[in-house]
Amino acid sequence: MKKIEAIIRHNKLDDVKIALDEAGYASMTVTEVKGRGRQKGMVQQWRGREYCVDLLPKVKVEIVVPDDHLDKVLDIIKTSASTDNIGDGKIFVIPIESAMRIRTGETDGDAI
Amino acid sequence: MVLREKISAYVIISTMLLLLLIGPAIGATAEENAEAIASVQTSLTFIWLLLCGGLVFFMHAGFSLVEAGLTRTKNTANILMKNMMTICIGILVYWAVGWGVMYGDSIAGILGGSQFFLAGADNSLWNGWFFQMVFAATGATIVSGAMAERTSFRAYLIFTVILVALIYPVYGHWVWSGADFALLTGGESIIVKIAGAAHHDFAGSGVVHSIGGYAALAGVIVVGPRLGKFKDGVAQAIPGHNLTMAFLGTLILMLGWLGFNGGSTLNGNDAFMNLVVVNTFLAAAAGAVMAMIITWIKNGKPDPSLTGNGVLAGLVSITAPCGSVENWAAIVIGLIGGIIMVAGVFFNENRLKVDDPVGAIAVHGYCGSWGLLSVGVFSVGIGNVILADAVYAADAPGLIYGYTSQFIAQAAGVVLTFVWAFGVAFIVFKLLDAILGLRVSEAHEIQGLDISEHGVNAYPEYIIE
Repeated sequence: MKKIEAIIRHNKLDDVKIALDEAGYASMTVTEVKGRGRQKGMVQQWRGREYCVDLLPKVKVEIVVPDDHLDKVLDIIKTSASTDNIGDGKIFVIPIESAMRIRTGETDGDAI
Repeated sequence: MVLREKISAYVIISTMLLLLLIGPAIGATAEENAEAIASVQTSLTFIWLLLCGGLVFFMHAGFSLVEAGLTRTKNTANILMKNMMTICIGILVYWAVGWGVMYGDSIAGILGGSQFFLAGADNSLWNGWFFQMVFAATGATIVSGAMAERTSFRAYLIFTVILVALIYPVYGHWVWSGADFALLTGGESIIVKIAGAAHHDFAGSGVVHSIGGYAALAGVIVVGPRLGKFKDGVAQAIPGHNLTMAFLGTLILMLGWLGFNGGSTLNGNDAFMNLVVVNTFLAAAAGAVMAMIITWIKNGKPDPSLTGNGVLAGLVSITAPCGSVENWAAIVIGLIGGIIMVAGVFFNENRLKVDDPVGAIAVHGYCGSWGLLSVGVFSVGIGNVILADAVYAADAPGLIYGYTSQFIAQAAGVVLTFVWAFGVAFIVFKLLDAILGLRVSEAHEIQGLDISEHGVNAYPEYIIE
């Protein structure tokens, strides 16, 4: 099993959700996050003075998938989250040791 | 024929009905008629001043929203409390002391010394008091915005008492008391004799705004800038938390100015109240347009909060001249007010190195002084051109018409507002700092004044670091 952590734009969340849902991946966890990549931040203005917002708001989508589904899901996220502009975000993949569905006690592949 | 007969019958019946209705009036003597008219006119003034006083009172909602919107979430409850208690303490103090100092029997033209606690008040005096009271509290609330986010609540309240009891009404006495020796306007005053014209401040560019603005300047100098405002001497942006509030507040203030300037005719039958109101709104619009254009050119994008300040800059500027100038002059006064405000904000931060989160010193102090001077520049002179039969306008024409006396009288007011308000406020703030401490501790400032001064969060469902 692998966990995919995709940090994406707020306004692409719906596209990603719909695309994953259509491909049969309904489960996910979504968190509001702040961060920065190479872009570093954004210069804003207040009463004629510039200031830098160096941590930008993004959303983090977490999905756990079986190993053989990984490439397909990565591709769906990459396609649906992309605007081809700076600030589209990043995707990280992390190995998952085990999983359990609390209600039934099912584990691993059956639990996700 | 039938139609014509019907019409004549109509005319006869209507005439008879009309005669029945106005019969009693025809029967009255001329004296009785004059008395009835005077009584209606008095009532009209009462209603006008109560209505306008209500609009000026509503400006406290405007100030609360502007000041809360342009500062940070962690100080919201504190700034709202300061605004609320400014008007509430203002009401009590102006009743007990302020009115008597401003409008009581004059002691050598310097200050009033009777009518404390509204002794001997009647319907007319209560009416006048209510209208003047909301003005006094307006002057006081200017200070809260400039000193926001770091000033001790207790010290601020004590300053408010002193401003409403002493600083505001003494200067007000010099301008509006009508006393023979009133320093800036009385016929026997040495300043009026030297200038050759009485100082004119229609609704208080000087009395209310400059006094509040320069008291605020003294306050920000004594209290010092907020933590993080200056890094190595360079001013930093500290964004306010809610422009929606700031804009609603600005529009409320603009509406309130209808009462502020319109009501300052002090007469519900004044023939020029509509000139006053039109000039007021022309200047407000011009001030906003100018501020928007300057920030647009300077920063590449039109700045919302400075444009909002531009509305107020135009309004403060036109407060003194609104009943003495033509429409085109009101627009010029507003445009220049917008320039002075933006320049003033940057002058304060870049040169004086003082921190005024809401721009109150530039808006009220500097634009107030400009408002006073603009009377001396653009006044058409009472009785001239559009002001034929006017009863409340600047005496003499201004510089553009080739006269200097009004300008000199106005300049005297500018000097006195600064010397008096800045001087006394500086001493008072220094004393408060020495005795009580004017500023909250560094830890409390970082924590936010909502928690440290009042034990609450204005927005308890947000996590605030």
